[in-house]
Amino acid sequence: MDKNFYVSPSPHIKDRDSIPKIMYSVILALVPAGVGAVYFFGIRALYVIIITVLSALVSEAICQKIMKRPVTITDGSAIVTGILLAYNLPAEVPFWLPVVGAFFGIVIGKAVFGGLGFNPMNPALIGRAFLMASWPVYMTVFNTVPKNGTLSGISAITSATPLNVFKHAREILINSSSFSTQQVTEATNAMSQFSSSYGSLFWGKVGGCLGETSAALLLLGAVFLMYKRIIGWKIPFSYIGTVALLSWIFSGNDGLFSGDALFHVLSGGLILGAFFMATDMVTSPITFKGRIFFGIGCGIITVIIRLWGGYPEGVSYSILLMNLTVPLLDKFSRPKTFGGK
Amino acid sequence: MKVTQELFKGIYSSNPVFRLMLGLCPTLAVTSSVNNAIGMGGAATFVLISSNFVVSLIRKFVPSKIRIPVYITVIATFVTIVDLIMAGFFPDLHKSLGIFIPLIVVNCIILGRAEAFASKNNVFFSLIDGLGMGIGFTLALITISTFREILGNGTWLGMPVFGSSFKPALLMILNPGAFFTIGFIIAFLNWLDRKTSVSS
Repeated sequence: MDKNFYVSPSPHIKDRDSIPKIMYSVILALVPAGVGAVYFFGIRALYVIIITVLSALVSEAICQKIMKRPVTITDGSAIVTGILLAYNLPAEVPFWLPVVGAFFGIVIGKAVFGGLGFNPMNPALIGRAFLMASWPVYMTVFNTVPKNGTLSGISAITSATPLNVFKHAREILINSSSFSTQQVTEATNAMSQFSSSYGSLFWGKVGGCLGETSAALLLLGAVFLMYKRIIGWKIPFSYIGTVALLSWIFSGNDGLFSGDALFHVLSGGLILGAFFMATDMVTSPITFKGRIFFGIGCGIITVIIRLWGGYPEGVSYSILLMNLTVPLLDKFSRPKTFGGK
Repeated sequence: MKVTQELFKGIYSSNPVFRLMLGLCPTLAVTSSVNNAIGMGGAATFVLISSNFVVSLIRKFVPSKIRIPVYITVIATFVTIVDLIMAGFFPDLHKSLGIFIPLIVVNCIILGRAEAFASKNNVFFSLIDGLGMGIGFTLALITISTFREILGNGTWLGMPVFGSSFKPALLMILNPGAFFTIGFIIAFLNWLDRKTSVSS
């Protein structure tokens, strides 16, 4: 009776992927942007990243100890959360801020829901949203001028990040009657100069959060992850495509279809959010259509916040809001089984 | 039926906020400072005791089909009294509690106790029940607002708790802070219950 068939339920062929393997690939993909952050914003950026990652690891270990779950901090998921949170912070934050943010993100964003795999929203973004709501002064003031660049990316304006300049100029142009002629002229000039900032935006020589400024370094990591098939093309491309389309239609100052799509794609945290945060496996839909809708939804909310909302940037809130729709998107976009109705 | 049991059930074992999940709306809204919590708790306790008393008095001859409108009328009478007294004697508190004083009329705790307890029990025990529930509600509000005010504003009852280097987390006195605090307190109480039931 030894030579019986083994009867077991499917799946019979298993992939060799594991959580640590995926997480460490993501960490590797995030390294170029981190090196860029240290190059552009100085050694303080490295301290912020290290502090955030360590706080995330310690918070995770404490939670798992208290909840009597196996301690799995070596799987890399807390490191990814820490790095992503650090990339969403300005370089000059006080050092206690990332500690509180990482603790909040891990505890409220992840541990209370049951740990990795059960969190409805991206823990790093929960941490960022908490810091943003609690200490807006530290989170929205960017003073560190990047190496060989300017805060705005435009040589004439040196005081604010690209999206802040955009928001301010747009506000002036919409209510032009209540501002002086000089201000309106300056705003029009600023709007027309955004095309000169493409290079700075692409290489990262602009002000902003640590890891979001350099599109080139982020794309390097994204290509690596796509090659490894850890992230798909559907969410990032539908997300960025929607932002490009809507900002081309609505963000211009000469009526519809005059907006600067490339500026909106390259500025702010869009590249970082679309490739590294919206694609988080736990908090994004699993179906084909669901992912497309998820990306489009993120894009719509981002553009709405950027153009008409109270904040200059809306990537983090758009991803958090769309995270909440994932169970519904998955339910409504479930593909028909072959032969089913 | 024992007096102490009826009094203490509202404070711990069936606390209106943490156990019955009643009256969460004013709880979320007014617990941003301990001062508001005490004001709200006092007002609700007065209405609770008075309405329990009157509802219990008239319970024999209120037709059951129209009992809800009758109870609401009774409750609204006492809420009006509280509203006017507060506006007259504590105008600042009245201003900061705002619409939530008139809204005590539709507070689930008060109608819930009238319906579930006062309409079935005698006057004395209804008074005791109202007092217990009122104290339980007030204590719950003070507990929640203590966490929120200390973390979100760095003060307790208006007095600074930390030195000036403490930067309060604004989120805790905004609406999400109330949800987080209530959630963690309920989780703690459930954990306590499970622990005591396992050991006994």
